[in-house]
Amino acid sequence: MLTWWRRVRVENEMLYLFLRRPVAQLAALAAFLSIMGALFAPLITPSNPYDLASFDILDSFLPPAWSDGGDPRFIIGTDDQGRDLYSSILYGTRLSLLIGLCSVAFAAVLGTALGVAAGYFGGRFDAVVMRIADVQLSLPAILTALLVDGVARGLLPRQQHEELLLVVLTVAIALSLWVDFARTARASTFVERNKEYVQAAEIMGLHPIRIMAVAILPNILGPLMVIGTVDLAVAILLEATLSFLGVGVPADQPSLGTLIDTGKDYMFSGEWWIVIFPAAMLISMIIAVNLLGDFFRAVLNPRLR
Amino acid sequence: MIGFVLRRLAQSVFVMLAVSLLAFAMFHYVGDPVEVMVGQETSIEDRERLREQLGLNDPVLTQYARFLGDLVTGNFGFSYRTRQPIGEMILSRMPATLELGFVSLLISLIIGIPAGIFTALRSGGLAAQTILVTTLVGISIPTFVIGLFLIYLFGVQLGWLPTYGRGDVVEIGWWKTSFASWSGLRALILPAITLGVYQLTLTMRLVRSEMQDVMNTDFIKFAIARGIDYRSVHYRHALRNSMVPVITIIGLQFGGIIAFSIVTESVFQWPGMGLLFLDSIRFVDIPVLSVYLVLIALIFVVINLIVDILYFVIDPRVRLKPEAG
Repeated sequence: MLTWWRRVRVENEMLYLFLRRPVAQLAALAAFLSIMGALFAPLITPSNPYDLASFDILDSFLPPAWSDGGDPRFIIGTDDQGRDLYSSILYGTRLSLLIGLCSVAFAAVLGTALGVAAGYFGGRFDAVVMRIADVQLSLPAILTALLVDGVARGLLPRQQHEELLLVVLTVAIALSLWVDFARTARASTFVERNKEYVQAAEIMGLHPIRIMAVAILPNILGPLMVIGTVDLAVAILLEATLSFLGVGVPADQPSLGTLIDTGKDYMFSGEWWIVIFPAAMLISMIIAVNLLGDFFRAVLNPRLR
Repeated sequence: MIGFVLRRLAQSVFVMLAVSLLAFAMFHYVGDPVEVMVGQETSIEDRERLREQLGLNDPVLTQYARFLGDLVTGNFGFSYRTRQPIGEMILSRMPATLELGFVSLLISLIIGIPAGIFTALRSGGLAAQTILVTTLVGISIPTFVIGLFLIYLFGVQLGWLPTYGRGDVVEIGWWKTSFASWSGLRALILPAITLGVYQLTLTMRLVRSEMQDVMNTDFIKFAIARGIDYRSVHYRHALRNSMVPVITIIGLQFGGIIAFSIVTESVFQWPGMGLLFLDSIRFVDIPVLSVYLVLIALIFVVINLIVDILYFVIDPRVRLKPEAG
């Protein structure tokens, strides 16, 4: 009964703060629109950019519909292959968000599990996990992701690598992010471990896994949520960067980073729309996620209000 | 003091051993060096002989020991792709990356620290709010987009600055520097800004939050209550105390800069280590990848070690705090 009441109060407080912050509302709206656009991309786009039959090379380099030489079929123009840019961007957003969310989810589960266990058991297990985290931290995220990708390239035969590219990419990004979760979860667990409710659960003879999952985890979710949001922005950024560098998503399934990479070659010859629109989409998505992260941080840390 | 340094040193050695093990595993299990070195028509016997010669039939532990020995003595082996010694390859690319990283770090500190102090002290003001919003945008724009935008504006539209390469470099011994020529300096501007923006926003936000934390402490409130003038409170008491964590981050940033220069170097075709690394990934040039991995980890670990020791020297609180975890 008590936890139920507490939860409602926290939720109301969050809602209250949310209603007082137009910036957070705007960010939430932008994030919502991106997610909706990504989810329903096939329904609200005129063509499927992954389907080779749906576009025509004769339509390539068409400028946005409102400018000279624009075609009303293509609202914001076409790329070098004649793909509708609007459709490509929504499909690209879909891919970017999917990879971002999956890798953060993977990193969160892995990092939180290791972190909570390390904080709860302490001792040798804790030392081992934290040393691994040290090693991981000595390699910047982008480097880890690139290395995992490079190794996968060497290990898997070419054909298989193409097929598994999205999985490899997700794992590569997740492996470079799990430490954030592990460290935060461990630090919070250290604090919770000695509180009465955990001791009570121990005296009741509950299994450690149950104590960690049912007692401790709900109480440390706050800071983890902040990390999750911030890391989602990082993951989207990493995916875009890797795709831009040409080691990310497969070439026939462009993500936003790939679109920018293709577009950059035409930027100098005046076809600015190919690079500007995907870049604007990518940046507004990351800004929205970062603003939401700031909001969560402010909600959880009263000192920042 | 000595105990602390030794403990940190042991930890660093452990990290390096782990990374080298990783590098060795990559080298050992990804691809077959013999396959890469020989041609199609080499007979199986020749291959076996080569395998024996290279010591690939030895126990794994022996091979790892040899790998470690080679790393320590600077014998890094040869690239699969170019057949050149890796040590030379990396060494010839290193000055470009280090110079680029150094200038970006400088930019991020020279602008980031004052901006952080300013926004902390005038947190309500319009100017400070504007700066804060700008940094959030700055943190959200991917490095490569910033680079492309700068190239478009200053390279293509205005035509003021070169958009790729290092310009004329001057050789001082084996170190090729862009600092010594006008065209080299000009070529450095755009990549350095591109690489510096992200670090700048980080520095600024960090200085700001540290400064705000310190301004909320009792000793600052007491100093203000005693009637010491604000200038002195801000710059002598608060700033000095908020600089300690900043040192740590600056140290860590340099490692981050070296890693992130991969992206910047790719955008500007800057002939540094990052570009070499990217090429090596595309061609699955495992020996180069593993040496690069060890090298970056080494840079990180050494910087971290120095920072921690500095920390220890500067901040007496660290010395008094019992080891946590």
